[in-house]
Amino acid sequence: MSHLRVDLRQRAEELVALYPRPRSAMLPLLHLVQEQDGYVSPEGIDEVAELTGTTPADVRGTASFYDMFHLEPVGRYVVGVCTNIACLLAGGEELLAHASRRLDCAVGSTTDDGLFTLEETECLADCGHAPCVTVNHRYVRTTTPEAFDAMIDEVRQGRRDHEIPDHGTLVRVRRNGGLRVPDEVIAAERAAAKAARARRLEGAG
Amino acid sequence: MAVLDAPRIVTSRLDFEDSHTLARYLATGGYTALRKALSMHPEQVAAEVDQASLLGRGGAGFPAGRKWSMLRPSEVAYLVVNGDESEPATFKDHLLVERDPHQLVEGVIIAAYALQVNRAFIYLRGEFALGLERVQAALNEAYDHGALGRDVFGSGFSLDVVVHPGAGAYICGEETALLEGLEGKRGFPRIKPPFFPAAQGLYGEPTVVNNVETMSNLPWIVLNGGAAFAALGAGRSTGTRLFALAGRVNRPGVYEVEMVKNTFRDLIYDPAFGGGVPGDRPVKAFIPGGVSAPWFGPDQLDLPLGQDEVGGQGSMLGSGSVVVLDDTSCAVRAAWRITKFFSRESCGQCTPCREGSGWIERAMYRLEHGGGRVEDLDLLLDLCDNIAPGLTWPPQQTTICVLGPSIPSSVHAAIEMFKDEFLAHVETQGCPFD
Repeated sequence: MSHLRVDLRQRAEELVALYPRPRSAMLPLLHLVQEQDGYVSPEGIDEVAELTGTTPADVRGTASFYDMFHLEPVGRYVVGVCTNIACLLAGGEELLAHASRRLDCAVGSTTDDGLFTLEETECLADCGHAPCVTVNHRYVRTTTPEAFDAMIDEVRQGRRDHEIPDHGTLVRVRRNGGLRVPDEVIAAERAAAKAARARRLEGAG
Repeated sequence: MAVLDAPRIVTSRLDFEDSHTLARYLATGGYTALRKALSMHPEQVAAEVDQASLLGRGGAGFPAGRKWSMLRPSEVAYLVVNGDESEPATFKDHLLVERDPHQLVEGVIIAAYALQVNRAFIYLRGEFALGLERVQAALNEAYDHGALGRDVFGSGFSLDVVVHPGAGAYICGEETALLEGLEGKRGFPRIKPPFFPAAQGLYGEPTVVNNVETMSNLPWIVLNGGAAFAALGAGRSTGTRLFALAGRVNRPGVYEVEMVKNTFRDLIYDPAFGGGVPGDRPVKAFIPGGVSAPWFGPDQLDLPLGQDEVGGQGSMLGSGSVVVLDDTSCAVRAAWRITKFFSRESCGQCTPCREGSGWIERAMYRLEHGGGRVEDLDLLLDLCDNIAPGLTWPPQQTTICVLGPSIPSSVHAAIEMFKDEFLAHVETQGCPFD
């Protein structure tokens, strides 16, 4: 029984098929788990291990390296405020402090109603609109405390849901078909992988 | 005076609201460069790029043509595009992937044809949710249009492109760490040698890794010729380049600027670019090429925007990010925040980087927030020296990758340039700018 919903399981299998080796699908698959569960759940980790031919420990070890993967549950909306150099010079620290007061939530934690998690982020590459604010990795471009408050009110009322979908950076990414690599290329890749495995075994004595 | 008459090579479509669509791309000459490339021999295409002297736009500035020529001949080879743009205050690739994804895709197809590889991956940082959507949509349209997939435009050449999401790790901008991420592993940079993925890259097979902006230049180069590109700029710095201008300027943003013909002063003050500093305050310092670069002072404002011009003065053009500090900006706070970033993003493999970044961050924190001591200045310089012995430029390396030696740049520069400000922080036991 798959933990992933039927549609997500199908997307997961399609993703694995796009790569020369299944493990390469690790990061996109973890994004799919987060899309469904809101975080990288233990059940999701087991399923990614199965899909990539690795172990749950290996998957968790990989996921924990990357900031976007939440290994504990987070709020429905993850609000990120950047304080890195360009945002620092534009009042990023002050905006983050304001956000913490407005949401009544310490930086790095989740509001009591489970709606918002507030994060201090590193540079998100939108420095022309500093300080940079994102909600579920959508750039909302609210650079003043007033604009931030208005945005939070709208999000709370569900009025921004069309532009701020749930977790999962791939939630709206769909490929229009499978792999289009010619068969002989795939055969050559398989032969190369086999040769590499043989070399490793030889090296291991 | 700024020189503004260069063609817009990578930003020509950005005035259009629908610049990301195939319809707009085709209406503005899109995919004609690919058709032209397919009518040429792959080596001819590579020769044009070589002639263009296109320096890689990611940060290291390695000539793209030479990188291509190093690809080890093999049955299996890959092209990987580095779109993990994470150097603080760098936001040019973000613009290109969201606003002109077809230009990137066409560049990728041209490069793959020149290299005769049948598989390419576009690694985009995971935070670019819209960028991922736009690039995938562009790929979908390109497949339907016949520009991708089997038998591209009836040429017999086949190519598949997969867009791969990162998941939040600055270090994955380092090309071997990026390949680890693409192999589904923790983003640990690989031990060198081998120095170049062209010899041993993805899955150990020969791989070319090029930056998004580098790829986006290719359609223009193929259409207009490498010589036309090389005629722009001067010396080794040819063509135009995107500069991401941020910090204390009136008009922060991404500007396409002809290399060498313009100076940092032009970029910061010209009404076509930065438009000056808010309140006409004086520039106190600026970071010329991303936070890994040593800082410059106002006396270097007239330096031309060129790779060697900046490199010769003890810093680098790096990722094309320019950050301006004015006299209201605290140099200690700026340097502390940059160190905090490196400390958070160190992958932890090498001791000088893992431990050194944390030590420096803690010493800088107490200087900025109260608790700093006069001895901290010597301590900081000693810590910097442990990571990059001699504090030379380019730096000596004690670590697997260049993240380590990037850590001292800002702290060392800040102490050299603003020692009085550090002492004032000790004196007031906190930040005098608060």
